[in-house]
Amino acid sequence: MRTLRNWLTYESHADPLHLLNSRVHEVEGRGRIGFALFQAARLAGPVFWIMLAHDRDRLLPGSLPEGVAGRLHLIEAPGETDLLWAVEEALRARPVSLVIAAPEKPITLTAGRRLQLAAEAGDTTGLMLIQEGRGSNAAETRWKCDPLPSPADSTRHRWALSKNKKGTIIFCDVSWNGATAAVHLVPQARERCQPEDPPA
Amino acid sequence: MTLRASNAEHLHCLNKAATAAGLHPGMPLADARAVCPALSTRPADLIREGRALEGLRRWASRYGPHAAKDGTDGLVVDVSGVPHLFGGEAELLADLEARCERTGVGAKSAIAETRGGAWALARHGGGVIPEGGLLARLGPMPVSALRIEPAVAEALTRLGLNRIVDLTNVPRAPLARRFGADLLLRLDQALGTQVEPVAAGSEAPHFGVRMTLPDPIGLTADVMGVLDRLLVRLCDRLASARMGARAVRLELQRVDRSAAVVDVGLARAMRDPARISALFLKGVDEVDSGFGIDGLRLTATMTEPLAPEQIGNTEARAGDELSDLISRIGNRLGFDAVQRFQPASSRIPERSFVTVPAVSAPPVPFPQGRRPRRPITLFPAEPLTQVSGNPPARFSWRRMGFTTLRAHGPERITPEWWCDDPAWRSGVRDYWRVETSEGPRLWLFRTPQSGSRDWYAQGVFL
Repeated sequence: MRTLRNWLTYESHADPLHLLNSRVHEVEGRGRIGFALFQAARLAGPVFWIMLAHDRDRLLPGSLPEGVAGRLHLIEAPGETDLLWAVEEALRARPVSLVIAAPEKPITLTAGRRLQLAAEAGDTTGLMLIQEGRGSNAAETRWKCDPLPSPADSTRHRWALSKNKKGTIIFCDVSWNGATAAVHLVPQARERCQPEDPPA
Repeated sequence: MTLRASNAEHLHCLNKAATAAGLHPGMPLADARAVCPALSTRPADLIREGRALEGLRRWASRYGPHAAKDGTDGLVVDVSGVPHLFGGEAELLADLEARCERTGVGAKSAIAETRGGAWALARHGGGVIPEGGLLARLGPMPVSALRIEPAVAEALTRLGLNRIVDLTNVPRAPLARRFGADLLLRLDQALGTQVEPVAAGSEAPHFGVRMTLPDPIGLTADVMGVLDRLLVRLCDRLASARMGARAVRLELQRVDRSAAVVDVGLARAMRDPARISALFLKGVDEVDSGFGIDGLRLTATMTEPLAPEQIGNTEARAGDELSDLISRIGNRLGFDAVQRFQPASSRIPERSFVTVPAVSAPPVPFPQGRRPRRPITLFPAEPLTQVSGNPPARFSWRRMGFTTLRAHGPERITPEWWCDDPAWRSGVRDYWRVETSEGPRLWLFRTPQSGSRDWYAQGVFL
């Protein structure tokens, strides 16, 4: 029997862009910051953005999606260890809804597993902005996000789910303007798997 | 000590040797130098002086329950019913003077039935006036011993009323008419016909507790155990004063008289022992206990008013947990590392916001609505290489080659002349939003005023 509660969770999981709660996810590619902001815009509650102090790429709060800049806490960690420690602490805290972190070095399996345990303890979603190929096997999902050349007045992104522990991988092109949590899925132009039968 | 008053240096305070040389307070420094060429002076600091006097006042409360400051250079203590504890009034004075002498404080003291009498006696000899002997002892003193204005004292002297006893012999009404009621009030107060209480201010609450141990301890768990007991006492004291701590300091005194200090900051005022204790764990763990710790002292170094709150409110609990998290992170990485964005009014992209420590500022919503299109990430300007075209049709940035698909611009941003930013010395900038066929949408600019033809990248659009 499907209760209302089941239905709601079912619905949220049917959404392909939903990040499973209380797990740590990874995103790589040039469009990873945009994807992280998209997830921040979809969740309510405090967002922690943890970055290395020497990182040159800084957020410009005036252009973040609506309401994100006000609930964003920015933490500058002096080193990689401190960054992972801060991520773990933030994941363990209950009121935090999303923790976004940008480490430089590959995340070891031990560190990745610790982060998963912390996310479970705090019921918090984690999203690691990793560089290409520097993820850990403990990640729940791994996304590869890249901006696409787009027609005028639109901003296209290719958000590809390349690893998923609890489901299938997907591949979607979206058009997201960066203001609200709503996206347009761009229909895929595909080729048929089987050539069409010749007309009789 | 010298003090600058009405545009001239005056002597403020002297030591014994200077007084013996014939100097007196209030004398101009130039005159004093003429009298005593070897004079060495230092500027007086009235605030620190007041603080020192306050310290002495706290110490003086060992002689009586009511101790108050008297002017800028005196203390008055109500010792009614106290002297027998010291063996008598004379012994009390001797004890007080011996203690002052030992710490190097030059003080004169006196005990009298009235506050005015003690004031006069302390400044003219010192000692004890036995009960009923006020007039006999104060009578021969000059009228200036009555705490009256110097001008009034001078006028009295001119009339031939030199001593206090002279004042008691003349009719009161003409005196009051000529010199004001203040003179008679002071006279009555000195002689005890008018009561004058020692108005001791209430003690400011002191948020510090300590514990000394009979045997030294060294294990982290033991220290934390003692700390928890101290915290309960400190938090009770904070709760009774309706205050919350923002910074707490733990001093650990080792057996060899050295001390270690652990400081903890809190993201917001609180007085919950368990939550503060959790923050101390790391700092206490790092302390070297040496030969053992036998004394602990816990002080709330920064406090803020904190009204009692309803408990069980889930929203408040979420706020508590968030501030606990910020405290934990702040105590390891520094409170400056936990930041929050606040809007600022500037057209310059990198100054359109400020990052402030999250502990010191509440969240401020950013203005919504129509705004110019801006990149989501911003970085210090990076020059493009292998640029061809204007705006660039092909260029290379961060070792990647790009071909322009579409370019929007230019948007001209002028530097703010009222703040001198080295990055903006090259004058106005023409910004272009360049969409590339490789995907990334970049924010490029050039500086037409500087005459250079270089292009720079400063941001990445969504």
